[in-house]
Amino acid sequence: MTSPMPRRVIPLKAEPPSSLSSADRKAIDGACRRLKSLPGALLPILHAVQEELGFVPKDAVPLIARELNLSIAEVHGVVSFYHYFRQQRGGRHVVHLCRAEACQALGAVALEAHAKRSLSIDYHGTTADGAISLEPVYCLGNCALGPSMMIDEELQGRVSAQRFDALMAQVRAGVTKL
Amino acid sequence: MTAVRIFVPIDAAARSVGADETAAAIAAEAQRRKIDIELVRNGSRGLLWLEPLVEVESAGRRLAYGPVAGHEVASLFDAGFASEAGRRGVKPHPKAHGPTEEIPYLKRQQRLTFARVGITDPKSVSDYLAHGGYRGLAAALALKPADIVASVTASGLRGRGGAAFPAGIKWQTVLKAPGAQKYIVCNADEGDSGTFSDRMLMEGDPFVLIEGMTIAALATGATRGYIYLRWEYPDAKRALEAAIAAAYAADYLGENIQGSGARFDLELRMGAGAYICGEETSLLESLEGKRGQVRFKPPLPAIAGLFGMPTVINNVITFASVPIILERGGPYYQNFGSGRSRGTLPLQLAGNIQHGGLVEIAFGVTLRDVLYDYGGGSLSGRPIRAVQVGGPLGAYLPASQFDTPIDYEAFAEIKGMLGHGGIVVFDDSVDMAAQARYAMEFCAIESCGKCTPCRIGSTRGVEVIDRLVAGENAPKQETLLRDLCETLTLGSLCALGGLTAYPVLSALNYFPEDFVKSKRASASA
Repeated sequence: MTSPMPRRVIPLKAEPPSSLSSADRKAIDGACRRLKSLPGALLPILHAVQEELGFVPKDAVPLIARELNLSIAEVHGVVSFYHYFRQQRGGRHVVHLCRAEACQALGAVALEAHAKRSLSIDYHGTTADGAISLEPVYCLGNCALGPSMMIDEELQGRVSAQRFDALMAQVRAGVTKL
Repeated sequence: MTAVRIFVPIDAAARSVGADETAAAIAAEAQRRKIDIELVRNGSRGLLWLEPLVEVESAGRRLAYGPVAGHEVASLFDAGFASEAGRRGVKPHPKAHGPTEEIPYLKRQQRLTFARVGITDPKSVSDYLAHGGYRGLAAALALKPADIVASVTASGLRGRGGAAFPAGIKWQTVLKAPGAQKYIVCNADEGDSGTFSDRMLMEGDPFVLIEGMTIAALATGATRGYIYLRWEYPDAKRALEAAIAAAYAADYLGENIQGSGARFDLELRMGAGAYICGEETSLLESLEGKRGQVRFKPPLPAIAGLFGMPTVINNVITFASVPIILERGGPYYQNFGSGRSRGTLPLQLAGNIQHGGLVEIAFGVTLRDVLYDYGGGSLSGRPIRAVQVGGPLGAYLPASQFDTPIDYEAFAEIKGMLGHGGIVVFDDSVDMAAQARYAMEFCAIESCGKCTPCRIGSTRGVEVIDRLVAGENAPKQETLLRDLCETLTLGSLCALGGLTAYPVLSALNYFPEDFVKSKRASASA
């Protein structure tokens, strides 16, 4: 007589490995808990995570996938599809520079070159002091007053090279209200 | 004595050039001079070159001053702008423009959809009601769904997002479609460069959008709605959040709208920087929490849209045009316009233009009138060389086409499109080969990846234009480019791949000299 095989327990929802800090983890769990009952909850959750953490950490993806009963690939697919979601931590401020036609008609191409040169970064880069990340954007809806850019959530119009430099100096000096 | 009402726009465009500083300076200066004022943060009048435009209420009308920078505010008070008697005593301020309504740019417009934008306080339901708001809903509540649809059909209103599909037919399809849950979705993913009418409306008169969507719900039996707003519009987000909350508080949204027993719940959702989500089926995918990839049609969203249910999906301006149609009747709206383009179109004058802003007029005026009579020519003072109408997928038009009337069919005839009504002006310093290249680059960046011609053809397009401009076997490259454009047009599901040929080929056909190496060298010399 053989004794029955010991029963093996296969955890269906394994805890994904994670290098998240406990605060980040809490923010992600909180966003999921708050929003997961919404129909089509993934974008609202990703927005909430990015709003709190400034980006969507790689290790947030399996957590969100588990909460929404999606595959990791599906969530990664969504995060990487949308230009707005950052997958890496950015600078303290994010500058979105408009590249679209109406701003081009007023010198956006030259402004773009000036911005990259003066900050010594390319698009998607962050300045050495960690103050500013530069991102392209395709229209900010300020097409009669271009060239335009957005610093965090503040829209700026008629941005000359000079005004760009002045605004960047203010951002670096920590002037929150521009 | 009652407080003097002073208006400083809270519109994002006005704020981008210092309206907050101007408003703060006015408040501080009034306090210093002990003048009792009521500062209202209104929407923008759409005279954007005059922003920040300050208005003061006087004898039932408003007097305009602009552009007023923060440091100029004291001089306005010195000129007595805050009192009737004060204004009589001194010579007019150099920034004074007289009564706002008399400024020709505004006076010659026909503002139906934008009737209240810039007039009312966008946060206040009572102000909205005081200026004729919710009369369309009141009319709709007394009608049967089919009669609401009939009214919209009679108005001739076509989708203002770009595709210009008759709104009444779309609504009729949803009304007839069986479904346990129907949805109203507002496409507020206004991604076309040169367009800002959705943004201005949402920031300046958000209730008219909410009212229009509520009427659509009554017309089709929908009880849930979503506004899908692009993240690039944080000011519009704030305005809509406040307006939705206020509408709920006043029973204009929720389970029992104005005691009628009708239910409509409305939620704001944010996009995440994907141009393609302005395409209606991509938008629905995005709302469902997926990548914004274009769906095959059929089934139409009206039959199987959001979460597979019958869905009305329209642009902001389309919904916002509905209240006045219900209030005044379909024929009133239909009476404006030309040919099969009925009503008014809020045009947006953008780019290198002296008087950029919002011009809502009946269809039928020529592009030239808009550019010169309203726009005042280029901002740089140089000749206007090219105009792109209808966003990044619209054709570049040369001066020889400026007599084309603003009319959907007339633009289709010249292989252009009105789209969402954006007009981007370029002066003679523009390099049209660079613009064509950008069109392909933009398509490559924003392609959802579903259709191969769009996903890969756009990148090949950039390369071919580079070789053409470099003069590497130019005739062959041109043939290849035209062939590629045909493949994109015929082999793409949606307008992004399907229409990228418009800006590319119009640049090539109308401005061939910009693509020839020897001529480029002499032009830049």
